[in-house]
Amino acid sequence: MALLQISEPGMSTNPHEQRLAVGIDLGTTNSLVASVRSGVAETLADDEGRHILPSVVRYIKDTDVVVGEAAKTVAADDPLNTIASVKRLMGRGIGDLKTVAGHVPYEFAGTDSSVPRIRTVVGEVSPIEVSSEILKALKARAEQTLGGELAGVVITVPAYFDDAQRQATKDAARLAGLNVFRLLNEPTAAAVAYGLDQGTEGVIAVFDLGGGTFDVSILRLNKGVFEVLATGGDTALGGDDFDRAIAGWLMEQAGIADDAGHKQMRRLMRDACAAKETLTRQEDADIKLELADGSHWQGQLTREQFNRLIEPFTKKALAACRRALRDAGVSKQDVIDVVMVGGSTRVPNVREQVGEFFGKPPLVDIDPDKVVAIGAAIQADILAGNKPDDEMLLLDVIPLSLGLETMGGLVEKVINRNTTIPVAKAQEFTTYKDGQTAMAIHIVQGERELVDDCRSLARFELRDIPPMVAGQPRIRVTFQIDADGLLNVTAEELTSGVQAGVEVKPSYGLTDNEIETMLKDSMAYAQDDMEQRRLREQQVEADRVIEALDAALAVDGKLLLSEDEYAAIISARDMLIEVRQGNDANAIKQAIKQIEKTSEDYVARRMNRSIQQAMAGHKVEEFE
Amino acid sequence: MVIDASRNYFELFDFSESFDIDASVLADKYRELQSLTHPDRYANASDQERRLAVQAASYINEAFQILKQPQSRARYLLSLKGVVFNDETDTAADTEFLMEQIELREALEEAAQKDDPLARLDELASEISGRSDALIQAFREQFINDDTVAAKETVLKMRFLQRLHHEIDRLAEQFEDELL
Repeated sequence: MALLQISEPGMSTNPHEQRLAVGIDLGTTNSLVASVRSGVAETLADDEGRHILPSVVRYIKDTDVVVGEAAKTVAADDPLNTIASVKRLMGRGIGDLKTVAGHVPYEFAGTDSSVPRIRTVVGEVSPIEVSSEILKALKARAEQTLGGELAGVVITVPAYFDDAQRQATKDAARLAGLNVFRLLNEPTAAAVAYGLDQGTEGVIAVFDLGGGTFDVSILRLNKGVFEVLATGGDTALGGDDFDRAIAGWLMEQAGIADDAGHKQMRRLMRDACAAKETLTRQEDADIKLELADGSHWQGQLTREQFNRLIEPFTKKALAACRRALRDAGVSKQDVIDVVMVGGSTRVPNVREQVGEFFGKPPLVDIDPDKVVAIGAAIQADILAGNKPDDEMLLLDVIPLSLGLETMGGLVEKVINRNTTIPVAKAQEFTTYKDGQTAMAIHIVQGERELVDDCRSLARFELRDIPPMVAGQPRIRVTFQIDADGLLNVTAEELTSGVQAGVEVKPSYGLTDNEIETMLKDSMAYAQDDMEQRRLREQQVEADRVIEALDAALAVDGKLLLSEDEYAAIISARDMLIEVRQGNDANAIKQAIKQIEKTSEDYVARRMNRSIQQAMAGHKVEEFE
Repeated sequence: MVIDASRNYFELFDFSESFDIDASVLADKYRELQSLTHPDRYANASDQERRLAVQAASYINEAFQILKQPQSRARYLLSLKGVVFNDETDTAADTEFLMEQIELREALEEAAQKDDPLARLDELASEISGRSDALIQAFREQFINDDTVAAKETVLKMRFLQRLHHEIDRLAEQFEDELL
């Protein structure tokens, strides 16, 4: 479970305690929550037996927020207050709305924040808040079904999501009061759901065509380790495009004007979607439309015509597959399995095209709508520590290159796309003015050479640089990407050893202060609740720290620590046990910090030792 | 840094400092180290441990990347021997080699005018791969003979070919985009 226990694999100090954990597929069109119960991963249903929660949120004046089916059914009647496909807006800026939101009917408020806000009857809401409502609904469903508080969740995101989109997802989870174990790429989750780690070794392609996003991932499986070799895709390609293509065709056929009202557009999209679903079962679909003047239009869409309408999209998807294969350095022939994910892979033409491209029939046994949530649940169960013997490990890559703006608006790549994460790269900078104490770094994501063609990620301002002659300071800036694909920047002036302060201004995200404010404003967190919650969190953390420390000390405390070091750690431990009995969350937090500080070297020594032991073990094996 | 930085990448993976390493042994050891240090193993651990795990896993990833590719491995081996590389001023001096580079660059530019530019790019890519293999062979001998001056020149040549390869990939992507 923890670093301090690594030399005793499989050892659990509390074997009977099952921690509740769920996997959440936070989709553009639909969302699901799944959990492993009695060894089986399954999606959880609501009171009425429905597993799928439409990702639709409706804001109603003076009452609660409505999420899911109830919101979806009235979407056409209350389009401005009913938010669908909010995932498309996650991590996006005001400037993106023209392209991203071309077809969404909401009204956006002018704002000085970098995050767009949708105007509703209850006021302005950000996409992050809308998403958090969906997560809250799933959390409530899970806690009711499982009968307890969730220890943590795994939330899936498209592999192609950039840093801003991932951060926005994590922020939404924080607003919903969820502890995120990991953001997991959707295709990886799908491969896990198929249990492809059991036995098979080789290259797997995951073709994930959802409502709003398309992802293709090339994975390599080897002895229980999933390695994402490459990912590709398009954050604006999916079944919604099929619906729109049909809707466009219908408008043409029925003579509906381009400036049709919100309500009519909604209805048209619904009819288009229904026709698409009919065409997965039948060769043609009969369509009847009610026009604005009350008259009706009737017609037929054949599967052949439909295939032609979606051809630009299937072509785009296959081109992304080709590129992902090349990025991965493998050929089509190397692919042993193709996993199909997302409701849009029910379209027969999509299955045919994919089968033809890879030269083998794709896997379609698990419900393509549920497969991602199921995989996420399996991973959540492992991360919660419920399966200490499980060796499965998911190694992920960064989907887009990370670069710095240099002179003349050019990009200097710091970390290339498809590099395995976590990863850290350090770069040295210097000042160009005498006595300069601050400097700005602009970070972008993307593959192009010009800053303007890439996506701005954040501006970091380095402060507290000791004043020196121009060119003399050596400022080492470390770009650290964690296992969720999120960037963290630290900076140090090497000649003086001074740690520079780093202030982040996300280009398309909320600052920490904005999130804090939202948390405080949130009705779910009355003041008392907040404090109770904080205390409980700190107590749980304290128990975890003590438990792990005791287990570690029993194994090698005497071996790796001097007497003085050992005594110092014990005294910090006793202090924590004492304050743990009280009601002061801050005091517990401080005591935990103190233990961490005191035992930092010890923890590092243990990790080094376990690495050396592992490699030494190898040597023995190779000679045997 | 949690990992003992006085140990180099070869020591980390328990290899001797030689150019030839068994790729499958490297991959196995890499996976084993990742399963010890990956942050997922510390989902329930304290913040401090998670931070250390991120750093350790990053270091192992970096080491693996450097050792995996013969080009970066060669360069790293030389830097362990005290050879200094300066990316802005160092360049290969061999005129014959430089002439070949110019010809290859020209061939690359002309590829765009061919009927099937992607096929032509594939051809050029395999030609460059052949030359890379020859350089790898040359480095192996130079390194064994402790001829660091020649070995450094070879590493610089490798860099030329790597850049050409990137250029080919970039062009291929452009043509693919146009086909859509």
